[in-house]
Amino acid sequence: MKFAFYPGCVARGAGPELFDSAVAVMDRLGIEWVELTGAACTGAGVLQEKDQKLGDILNIRTLAMAEQLGLPVLTICSTCQGVMSQADRRVRRDADYLEEINSYLAEEGLSYSGNTTVKHLLWVLVEDIGVETLQKTFVKELSGVNLAPFYGCYIVRPSDALGFDEHPERQTSLETVIEAVGGTVVDFPGKTACCGFPILLINQRNSLRMVANHTGTASELGADAMVTPCPLCHLNLDGYQPKARRQNNRGKADLPIIHLPQLLGLVMGIDTKTLGLGKHLVNTRDIVRKVDSIPVG
Amino acid sequence: MQAKLKVSRFDPETMGQGQRRWDEFELDVHPSATVLDALIQIREEVDGTLSLRCACRASICGSCGMRVNGDAKLVCKTRIVDTFKDGETIVVEPMGNQAIIKDLVVSLDPFFDKVRQVDPYLQPDAEPDQGEFVASNDSMVNLLTAMNCIMCGACVSDCTVLEVDEAFIGPAALAKAWRFVEDPRDDQRDERLKELNDVEGGIWDCTRCFKCVEVCPKDVAPMDRIMEMRDMAIEAGNTNTPGYRHTESFNKSVKKHGRLDEARLAVESAGYTNVPRLIDLAEIGIRSTLKGKMPPIVPHKADDKEKITRIFERVESERK
Repeated sequence: MKFAFYPGCVARGAGPELFDSAVAVMDRLGIEWVELTGAACTGAGVLQEKDQKLGDILNIRTLAMAEQLGLPVLTICSTCQGVMSQADRRVRRDADYLEEINSYLAEEGLSYSGNTTVKHLLWVLVEDIGVETLQKTFVKELSGVNLAPFYGCYIVRPSDALGFDEHPERQTSLETVIEAVGGTVVDFPGKTACCGFPILLINQRNSLRMVANHTGTASELGADAMVTPCPLCHLNLDGYQPKARRQNNRGKADLPIIHLPQLLGLVMGIDTKTLGLGKHLVNTRDIVRKVDSIPVG
Repeated sequence: MQAKLKVSRFDPETMGQGQRRWDEFELDVHPSATVLDALIQIREEVDGTLSLRCACRASICGSCGMRVNGDAKLVCKTRIVDTFKDGETIVVEPMGNQAIIKDLVVSLDPFFDKVRQVDPYLQPDAEPDQGEFVASNDSMVNLLTAMNCIMCGACVSDCTVLEVDEAFIGPAALAKAWRFVEDPRDDQRDERLKELNDVEGGIWDCTRCFKCVEVCPKDVAPMDRIMEMRDMAIEAGNTNTPGYRHTESFNKSVKKHGRLDEARLAVESAGYTNVPRLIDLAEIGIRSTLKGKMPPIVPHKADDKEKITRIFERVESERK
């Protein structure tokens, strides 16, 4: 199983622990990858506000690069997944538009013909690897560990760009993974809501109310940690949790926010340093201890 | 066909605001029944006290907005057989972000107050020459998306910003505002955009979460309309917001490096003179550094950054 790897800006910038843990986990899973080091940022919906076509050119360029390698794209960012899927849907629906977009790529000798796909690691786990094979890479079972899922908007909406008709299992993929590691799913209404990150730098008060609501509710429901496949959600839910909960009277900032690959790494027995669990602003000590106390086997 | 429904009940005469009770019903319904048909059947055959709002039963009037298994929908458009194939329980609640009057009926007063807030009527500067304003078909086709709105409130129900901020004008009223900003017969375009840019709860407060796009039964896509107005407001000279600075900084960074310069984006969005916000950012930066995670002061760059810059330059030159 080989992929053109698109980690996204955050995994290569403000959230390096995501990149490191993903690489370690992919190694255990036998996933081969080649990083698309020449690819551009997806625009995260922000570039698209100003100029959707420009955003589409950058994303179709990334897909064309993968197509040239004959590989599907693998991402570890919910936002990148969504933005690339949306661009892909627009050109697949409109041949003239695809031709127009391709005209911007011709200079580089690139052209996209729709012969590749974009998949988040989360989807690869449930669709390509499968729960049974996945579980063979685990050394322990997280029984008694309560985990709240937090998807990130762009991996759940708009649903018609994300292949849910063909792959209904994607809609519950995060719960599937939590159950596969032996954890208990803490279900709460905020799991598919917005984390507030896109307006953090625009309306911080509202952004932090969202952080406080989601993390506060999950804590009150007994979650030991929250798991997310989105590094942007992570930046807000982890980095701003102390301030958010203090400002909104939602208790202590005690909910560790774990990147999806970090969760897998913990059950695979990968050391916490490689997984970068010490690099979070909300301390992960308690959840790591809880996992450590579970015997291997 | 058997259907199981779990219905949220609220009686203002015996319960306090915020309280609710769940009633469960098992019914034999017609194979083509909608969730609305089942609710009416409950009211007629099982419990005459169940309150709900409906009129046309054909997804035209927009009266029967409710939450079905967590998402806002028109219940007259939601067929039981399509949505609940395996006979699972259908959970019906009143819409969110709006005060409940009784059972499944919410107050629409705040909804219409917000629609009124955007002056939802044409404001031409002069009387028409021939007794009426003539607009070509071509100039109006573009407006069809927002004109399809039936004001059901589904987008307002599930808006993630309204959940935390009542002052947000919200997706329905902002889509309505767009409809007048774009109308060729209106002469208040720039004034409208300035107001939507400056006002508390205006166009920059949307999180781009796609909830309204997902739940709208008429494909109005309010979020897309809001994004278009952000660009229009900038084009009209409204450059005094963190939202504008955020978009500009993002654009500049990807153009130059091919990637996002996160540290600079944060500082530039705040504005170089916004001292409290800069102190706040510095605090997060220091705490991250102490955890062994330095903020990326030197941005990560794409190997093909020159090629990416050329794409930006070509698109920009064509835009002019």
